[in-house]
Amino acid sequence: MAYSEKVIDHYENPRNVGSFDKNDSSVVTGMVGAPACGDVMKLQLRINDKGIIEDAKFKTYGCGSAIASSSLVTEWVKGKTVAEAGAIKNTDIAEELALPPVKIHCSILAEDAIRAALDEYKSKQSK
Amino acid sequence: MNYFELFSLSPSFDVDTAILAERYRDLQRAVHPDKFANASEQDKRLSVQRTAQINDAFQTLKNPIQRAEHLLALKGLELSHESTTLKDTQFLMQQMEWRESLEEVSDSDDPEAEIEALYASFEAFAKPITAALKVLLLSDLVAEHLQAAEQIRKLKFMAKLQDELARVEDALFD
Repeated sequence: MAYSEKVIDHYENPRNVGSFDKNDSSVVTGMVGAPACGDVMKLQLRINDKGIIEDAKFKTYGCGSAIASSSLVTEWVKGKTVAEAGAIKNTDIAEELALPPVKIHCSILAEDAIRAALDEYKSKQSK
Repeated sequence: MNYFELFSLSPSFDVDTAILAERYRDLQRAVHPDKFANASEQDKRLSVQRTAQINDAFQTLKNPIQRAEHLLALKGLELSHESTTLKDTQFLMQQMEWRESLEEVSDSDDPEAEIEALYASFEAFAKPITAALKVLLLSDLVAEHLQAAEQIRKLKFMAKLQDELARVEDALFD
C-alpha cells in the first residue's frame, strides 16, 4: 500500500514526540488503543488557565498512518482553545493525510486521543 | 454460519484441538475438489466453496481469540471489523511500557533472558483475562457479552505484543 507524501513526512519527521512531566498540573493525558491492530497512542496537552493548548506531545506505537495522525494532531491543537481542539474530526485528519479507507481507523484513534485528553481536562476543571 | 456445528462440536471456548484437527481432515477430504473432477460445474463450484468455508472455520476455531469472537457473534454480538477504541488508561500504560521494553531488548546485557522474562510476564498478564473471558462467554446476559468483548480486545493487544516480541527475537538470533 502506498502512503501519501504527507504521511511519509510525518512518519520520517514526527513532530512533538515525547512526554511532559505528568506531575505538571497543567498537563492532561489521553491514552487510547485500537484492538484491531494493537496500536497504542498517548497524547499529552499542556493547557493554560485560559483554556488554550500551549503545547502538545505524543507517543504512538503503530503503523505509519497512526504515527502521522498523532503527529499531525499535535501540530493542529497547539494554540487552539479546548473547544476548538474538541471540534477536530477524524475526517479532517484522514483528508489532510489522504488516508486510504483501510487506515481511517488511525484517524479515529487520533480523534479519540484528543477526546480522552480533553475529558481529563474537564474532570480536572470540575474538581 | 455456526462453525461449531460444521465441526460437530458444542459451542464452547474450550475446544479439544486434536478432535478439531481430526474433524478438519475428515471434512476436507469429503469435499476436496479433486473428488469432483468429473462432476458438474455446479458441484465443482460448490466443492470449492465448501473447502474455503471449512478452512475459514478451522482457522477461526483454532485461534482462541477468534474462537471467542465467533462465540460472541453467535450470541448476537459482532466484533469483527469493529473500530472501537480501547480507553482503559491503566491497561494502555502497561502496553506502552512493554512496547518500550521491546525496543530496549537489543541493548540489554542478556537479551535472551530479557525475552524469556517478557514472554513470562505477557503470559501471566493474559491468564486472568482469558479466565474471566471463559466465564463471561458462558453467560446469556448482554451486559456480560459486552464485558467479554472488552476482554477479547485486551487479548488482541497481548497477541500483538507476543508477535512483536517474536519479531525482536527473530531479528536478534537469526
